[in-house]
Amino acid sequence: MNRLFSILAVVVAAMFAYAPFMIVNAPYESTMGLVQKIFYFHVPSAMTMFTAAFVCGVASAIYLFGRKPQADRVALAAAELTVVFGIVVLISGPLWARKAWGVWWDWDARLTSTVVLWLIFQAYLLLRRYGGPGSDRLAAGVAIFGMANVPFVYWSVEFWRTLHPKTTVVPSLQPGMRGPFWFCVLAFLGLFTLILAARTKLEQRRADLEELYLAVEEP
Amino acid sequence: MRQIYRSIVLMLFVGAVIIGGGFAAFAQQPSVAAPEQGFVPVKNLPSQQEQLPAAPLVMTAYAVAWVVVVVYLWSIWRRLAGVEREIAAVNRRLDPGARR
Repeated sequence: MNRLFSILAVVVAAMFAYAPFMIVNAPYESTMGLVQKIFYFHVPSAMTMFTAAFVCGVASAIYLFGRKPQADRVALAAAELTVVFGIVVLISGPLWARKAWGVWWDWDARLTSTVVLWLIFQAYLLLRRYGGPGSDRLAAGVAIFGMANVPFVYWSVEFWRTLHPKTTVVPSLQPGMRGPFWFCVLAFLGLFTLILAARTKLEQRRADLEELYLAVEEP
Repeated sequence: MRQIYRSIVLMLFVGAVIIGGGFAAFAQQPSVAAPEQGFVPVKNLPSQQEQLPAAPLVMTAYAVAWVVVVVYLWSIWRRLAGVEREIAAVNRRLDPGARR
């Protein structure tokens, strides 16, 4: 497991080191120019945020219905990652919008629903930290609700009239942009896998520590 | 208890920055100018120079992504090191004969 983790860490580090060269050499988008380059980190971060929310929801369902503590640890790790990658999405998006739309923010369906998704997982983390006994099961319910929100965020640009580009952008990318884009997506998903493993290990060690404390207290 | 208050204040601050940033940006929207009357030849229009350079925005976006990920990795490493230290301390209590 440790060896696999190390190999993946080296591969992901190499991918992130090489990604800027691919992004710089990718063709310029005709109307947006240089600012379109934000797309190569913004969209993969959003995809990673959705993946993290999905992993959190599925792991929470397994914990809620199967009572598997390991699933709860994965859910907590994935919830934190949803918030972390959400911060990247919610900052890089407005930086692009300022140039492309002339405004930092617009309360349109995609942007607002992304903030709501981010807040749901913030609520999950607050519940886990301050909810007291039994909050893990309540938080698991919140995570399933958060996961159910992901398709609405994704298709919000199709259901409502929004400023945000539609879901057809990625399938219709120029051939020269596809390579760097999917390379960045893979790098982000690799990074997500690595951090998820590290964060889950932290929860595992905390559980070990609790067991040790119980052993100390036993007469 | 103080740590709880500090964490809640931090969460509220992050939320306020995001929502406040949105409102501030909304307040800074340029007012809509009155439409031009009559025909204006293209050559007489003000030059369409780039008003806002893109490079700082792109660099900020990439820097933010890196900083957020690195800070989070550092926080995991710090928390894991703290738990490992505590485990070692409890193990010493359980097994006093172990090397200190």
